[in-house]
Amino acid sequence: MALNLILLALLLVAGIWTVLTTRLVRSVVGLALVSAVVSILIFRLNSPLAAAFELSVCAGLISVIFVTTISFTQRLTPERLEERRKERLGKYWYLPVILIIAGILLIAFKPILDFPLPRVPSEQDTRNIIWHMRHVDLLGQILVILAGVFGVVILFKEPKK
Amino acid sequence: MVPLFVLIPFFSIIILNLFPKKLMQHLSFVWLGFLSLAQVYLVAAHPVWFWDTKLELWNLLFSFHYSVDVITLVVLLCIGIVVFVSLLASRAMISDVHQRVNFKNLLLVTLIGMNATALVTDVFSLYVFIEITAVSSYIMIAMNKDALGLEGAFKYLILSAIATVMMLTAISLLLLLTGNTSFETVGAGLAGAGNSLFVRVSIGLFLCGLFIKSGLVPFHGWLPDAYSAAPAPASILLAGIVTKVSGVYVLMRLAVSVFGLTPSVQALLMFIGAVSIIIGAIAALTQTDFKRMLAYSSISQIGYIILGVGCGTKLALIGAVFHLFNHAIFKSLLFVNAASVEKELGTTDMDKMGGLTQRMPVTGITSVIGLLSTAGIPPLSGFWSKFIIIIALWQAGNFGYAAFALLASIITLAYFLSMQRKVFFGKLKAGLENIKESSISLIVSQAVLAIITLGVGLIFPLVISWR
Repeated sequence: MALNLILLALLLVAGIWTVLTTRLVRSVVGLALVSAVVSILIFRLNSPLAAAFELSVCAGLISVIFVTTISFTQRLTPERLEERRKERLGKYWYLPVILIIAGILLIAFKPILDFPLPRVPSEQDTRNIIWHMRHVDLLGQILVILAGVFGVVILFKEPKK
Repeated sequence: MVPLFVLIPFFSIIILNLFPKKLMQHLSFVWLGFLSLAQVYLVAAHPVWFWDTKLELWNLLFSFHYSVDVITLVVLLCIGIVVFVSLLASRAMISDVHQRVNFKNLLLVTLIGMNATALVTDVFSLYVFIEITAVSSYIMIAMNKDALGLEGAFKYLILSAIATVMMLTAISLLLLLTGNTSFETVGAGLAGAGNSLFVRVSIGLFLCGLFIKSGLVPFHGWLPDAYSAAPAPASILLAGIVTKVSGVYVLMRLAVSVFGLTPSVQALLMFIGAVSIIIGAIAALTQTDFKRMLAYSSISQIGYIILGVGCGTKLALIGAVFHLFNHAIFKSLLFVNAASVEKELGTTDMDKMGGLTQRMPVTGITSVIGLLSTAGIPPLSGFWSKFIIIIALWQAGNFGYAAFALLASIITLAYFLSMQRKVFFGKLKAGLENIKESSISLIVSQAVLAIITLGVGLIFPLVISWR
């Protein structure tokens, strides 16, 4: 329980850091940290396969893609960076406040919200579910990737002059 | 052979993209036109060889659990018609060859997403295909890469992400409660679980997610920006069918077949429906942009559908499904009208328009048909569906909501007459003398949709008396 609370607190801090920091690389590091913490939480919730996916794809692969893209961009000047820092703080100062208020509300309403969750024993292996029982969702996954490819082509490919 | 509604477009994307781009743009136009019209034919003619034949060999490789009822058929019909119209509009409105090809690819992805959403019988699969439709919609809205389009897509993306979190949380809770995600198991599990807080939280979260997807008040913030900023063919698709399938249809399906219409769900739906009707109508009154006005009008009209679903009687549900069909048709028609005007004038600002019927007679006349149907004027199709909803509300004892729905039609008529006066009627505005009627593909789209609106309205009383 104590470890879960520490992980959740770390998750929030990393999330806020990701949004507030002015340097994109730091933002990516923050996001990777969020995914890493989520992976540990998923692992602790007895879903090792989902945790491995989260860690390898969200914390690993996506971070590499982000850093690669950022390496193609120009760095901001120190003055502009300072301006951006103030802008961001002005824009998102309320995020930690909202989180603190939400935390207080959750603790206050704990007796109401703390209803017992039914436990459904999963007898099926995840791989069996994915490959044998959910063909339609696999088709959906392929389509999401296709839509993503079309999105990159449409939004990022410059037309030939 | 019902899974072919999903599988043929899926394999089409792969095969069509193997051809060179110049050949592909013509091929994909013909093929998508064929697919959408074939869908309309298969639903309207309902040939037994298609609906009753099982693909035995294919089922060994690919299991697809689906169900087809009247609501599914109506939705599949609307999808076929609106995709065809959007395809025709893309020919007129998108000049760049590459963008045209890209749009058709996205249209195919959206077609699969919507068809699968209409057919699946599992809440998680439903979520997967709603997301596929949404992802291709974001890209369509932003495809011109202008500031307004990117802003509209971004708003839709953010609010959709919130809806996604709500729906996924609800699905997780339902899975915990019932042990499965199929409609049948979830429905049975909920029926046996009573009215616990757990059940109420699950259903409430799912409904809120769907309210966002449907663009209902107070979750409508993304809709006017997305509809007005999207390229014209994408606006037609979004307003005509996308929000209806991924929001309204799913809400209707789950509320009726899975969650069950409990008194609290009914009260919530009727309240949200009524608020959307009035807020959408009042907001539409104050708009000066043609497409934004139509977007707010959509919020109002979707409110009628939700009001009918909330009422929950058989007649009210018939009215709601009928209004879903009618709204898909006449709202597509009005968005094609807007596309015609935008193509010729280069703007959708109504203050810069006036007397356009003199130069664009087909657009002017068909827009009158669209507006009268939206306002519920007899004998057009919109009149019958609104009439059924109001009668059903009255019969169920919801007199206040019935009177409210009736009075809101007057506001609808007011903002549409105001639009007609500003855009199409009166003296031709200076500088618009050289404006001419739009391209043939837009004229055909407008004519087809106007004929359906008029035809359904005229035939409906005969069907009723024959029954």
